[in-house]
Amino acid sequence: MRPRIEIVIRGVVLIMLAPLLASCDEGVLGPDGPIGQAELTILYNATAIMLAVIIPVMLLTMGFAWWFRAGNGRARYLPNWEYSGRIEMIVWSIPALVIVFLGGIAWISSHDLDPPRAIESATAPLDVEVVSLDWKWLFIYPNDGVASVNRLVVPVGTPVRFRLTSASVMNSFFVPQLGSQIYTMPGMTTQLNLQADRPGVYKGFSAQFSGDGFSDMWFDVAAVPAGQFTAWVETAKTQGQALDAAAYGELARPSKALPPITYPSVAPGLFETISSRRVSADASSHQEH
Amino acid sequence: MLGKLTWAAIPFDQPIVMGASGVVGLAIAAILGFVTVKGWWPYLWREWITSVDHKRIGVMYFLLGLVMLVRGFSDAIMMRTQLALAAGGAQGYLPPEHYDQIFSAHGTIMIFFVAMPFVIGLMNFVVPLQLGVRDVAFPVLNNVSFWLTAAGVLLVNLSLFVGEFARTGWLAYPPLSELAYSPGVGVDYYLWSLQISGLGTLLSGINLTTTILKLRAPGMGYMRMPVFCWTALASNLLVVAAFPVMTATFAMLLLDRYCGFHFFTNDAGGNPMMYINLIWIWGHPEVYILILPAFGMFSEVVATFSGKPLFGYRSMVMATMVICMLSFVVWLHHFFTMGAGANVNGFFGIMTMIIAVPTGVKVFNWLFTLYGGRIRFSVPIHWTLGFMVTFVIGGMTGVLMAIPPADFVLHNSLFLIAHFHNTAIGGVVFGAMAGYTYWFPKAFGFKLDERLGKAVFWCWFIGFYLAFMPLYALGLMGATRRMQHYSDPHWQPLMLVAFSGAILILLGIGLTVVQLVVSIRTRERRRDLTGDPWNGRTLEWSMPSPPPAWNFALLPPVETTDAYWAIKQQGHDSAQLTAGPYVPVHVPRSNPTGFFLSFLAVVLGFALIWHIWWMAIAGLFGSLAVGLVQAWRTDAETVISAEEVAAFYGKQAPEEIAA
Repeated sequence: MRPRIEIVIRGVVLIMLAPLLASCDEGVLGPDGPIGQAELTILYNATAIMLAVIIPVMLLTMGFAWWFRAGNGRARYLPNWEYSGRIEMIVWSIPALVIVFLGGIAWISSHDLDPPRAIESATAPLDVEVVSLDWKWLFIYPNDGVASVNRLVVPVGTPVRFRLTSASVMNSFFVPQLGSQIYTMPGMTTQLNLQADRPGVYKGFSAQFSGDGFSDMWFDVAAVPAGQFTAWVETAKTQGQALDAAAYGELARPSKALPPITYPSVAPGLFETISSRRVSADASSHQEH
Repeated sequence: MLGKLTWAAIPFDQPIVMGASGVVGLAIAAILGFVTVKGWWPYLWREWITSVDHKRIGVMYFLLGLVMLVRGFSDAIMMRTQLALAAGGAQGYLPPEHYDQIFSAHGTIMIFFVAMPFVIGLMNFVVPLQLGVRDVAFPVLNNVSFWLTAAGVLLVNLSLFVGEFARTGWLAYPPLSELAYSPGVGVDYYLWSLQISGLGTLLSGINLTTTILKLRAPGMGYMRMPVFCWTALASNLLVVAAFPVMTATFAMLLLDRYCGFHFFTNDAGGNPMMYINLIWIWGHPEVYILILPAFGMFSEVVATFSGKPLFGYRSMVMATMVICMLSFVVWLHHFFTMGAGANVNGFFGIMTMIIAVPTGVKVFNWLFTLYGGRIRFSVPIHWTLGFMVTFVIGGMTGVLMAIPPADFVLHNSLFLIAHFHNTAIGGVVFGAMAGYTYWFPKAFGFKLDERLGKAVFWCWFIGFYLAFMPLYALGLMGATRRMQHYSDPHWQPLMLVAFSGAILILLGIGLTVVQLVVSIRTRERRRDLTGDPWNGRTLEWSMPSPPPAWNFALLPPVETTDAYWAIKQQGHDSAQLTAGPYVPVHVPRSNPTGFFLSFLAVVLGFALIWHIWWMAIAGLFGSLAVGLVQAWRTDAETVISAEEVAAFYGKQAPEEIAA
């Protein structure tokens, strides 16, 4: 048995290291904002605490199995040993203590990092309304009156206050490097607060399957300096056609991999209209493409 | 006349589907032809199809699971191939409308038609033997349950060739699964096949629960039951409590789709999130319905092959029942990301973590069962050790995702996929394979080939790590589930590693078939003549292999846990347990009700899926008629005379007893 078990141990260790070999500048492991950073810290801490228990358990499993193999004359055979109060006490206590500790982390962090909770900052937050459509994302900037499809532009270092809904089926709004995802659901409004700390372009996508065009529901998040953001808004105000009822009806029709576009103005209260289902997207052609 | 059914329903334009259907059709025709030529039909009909013997039904469940494993796994390998190819700008070879069906079918089949039949089959076979009784509480119902499951299987497989399967994911979240967004028959195939097989599962749950609560050998109190029976009890209590929720939820979705109701629609007051709550109130206990019996199998195996009693029996029982109860108060952790609020998320996060305590206790108790043992490295203990090493990783990632903010970045990612395959393969599949190898000699009277069995284990074990460790990494890199292609070419190397793992598992499945064939061909030198090939501890090993239809000629007296071990310690052997005096045994007669109901359920389901109303009415009334005929049956039992019983054991029946 010996060589086999050694191979297994080596294999297991190597493969467990695989996540660490993943390139760390993308996804959840490369956060560029306070929310993502805090969540990564929780991931590392909780993993470390649990590894302190499960690595010994894995080693003991293999060690006991090897030592107490039938062929080992030196191992003690205890054919009737089936109970020890002291050991029972310990085996209930170890997981219980770990869980008390992790449970504390869970409770505190689910309050600290609750998606609707505002990010503390000296900078006033930017409001963005998000609508998931088949199969694209609409971002409305209610204060500036502009809108953008499949490209989200935000100023660096500024908290962004999202309100989200869906015009058709459920999706999940997720930018891994910024942190928390949240569902977009028809007839409902969810909230999320994120912030980008460094200028850059981040990948965003839907994390909830929503139909045939789902795999193309990517969007770029451009985090730009404040001045550049203002300039972007000004440019957007001068280009393209207004997002009125007719343009929205056109946009709401199912389409895949739409290139980013901007709208210079948005019909007042469009987000509320969509989230309260006073306008329903054309669903009949959902499966056509 | 035929509702929505036209020639357009058959996908002549899709070579993959047509090829697969052709191969399946040919295989079925070949098997049917072979059976006909050999003239096996009367035997199969009498001894298997209409059998109400719990052992035969258990074997049929397991076989059904194995066949569907091949189907579910071909879906898996297609997905892995697609994702190994579709990097950067590439689209792979499966368009979204096909790929979406494949992952939906994979999940549905693996949970409902592979894992469930494996687990139910093993419980069916083993529980009455371990309890020291002659059959389950309701033998005919048992047969009906099996055939309803088979009806569900048939409908799911029909969808491959006639029409389409759901493109919604394996839980069919609305509004995507509503008529407005899924107008085709795919979701209807999904719903009706699960409604029919779900009914079978519920009936089976009622049956096994009743069996364990009401039928046990004299002296077998609850605290003397083998741990596998305890886990089976917990699992079946969960079936009884949870499956009606699933049935009701699907019924509401069906009303939405068929009668224009608005339970879960976007408009007219419907609330899709209610479906998410309801389906997970069934769905989370379902996880434990599958894993608890697997835990029980590992407990049996680890004790037997260590040559020791299970360490901490009472702790194990308590841990099982704590998991059973807690499994109903954790469902919300499947949607922390729907914005329920900090208090709700925190509560469900902590409840989820608490389940790790009894589970951890179990792992430690298995560990201390190994301690001081004299471990024989046979195939079942390989699966058990592989499970112990692998499952703790799945447990760790599970607890990790129970922390709501960690879930906010891991939800629906490939990290989640890796987590639940870690527990489903490392737990349920390894358990089923351990149980299969362990109880096979009991069922058929000969052992499976050891060398091939070990090869199967190493294929699955290494294959699992290769296939799913990269998925953990990809999840952390931001890869989400159910994508048909991805733009980041950096993911491709890891996807290729995952693909190679799937190939290795495929080899494992292939070797399972080879092992079975080789073992059958060489069965004469593998015969188990003692009935106790592993030096077992529980009552199923006290009888000949394979056991007679009546299991126990005399109900064995039970004075302790590990009842058969105690009997052996007292210097008795199985010959003395079956020494007579014999009495006539009443056994239930074979009964075709289940088979006919199943046939009519397929007719009914197919008719409802395609809106062929006259056929639906025929199916419904046909089922009622079969039920009525069954209700008026009077010759439900047959008596096996004491002479016959004695002849089986090669002994003479005393005259006075026979009289």
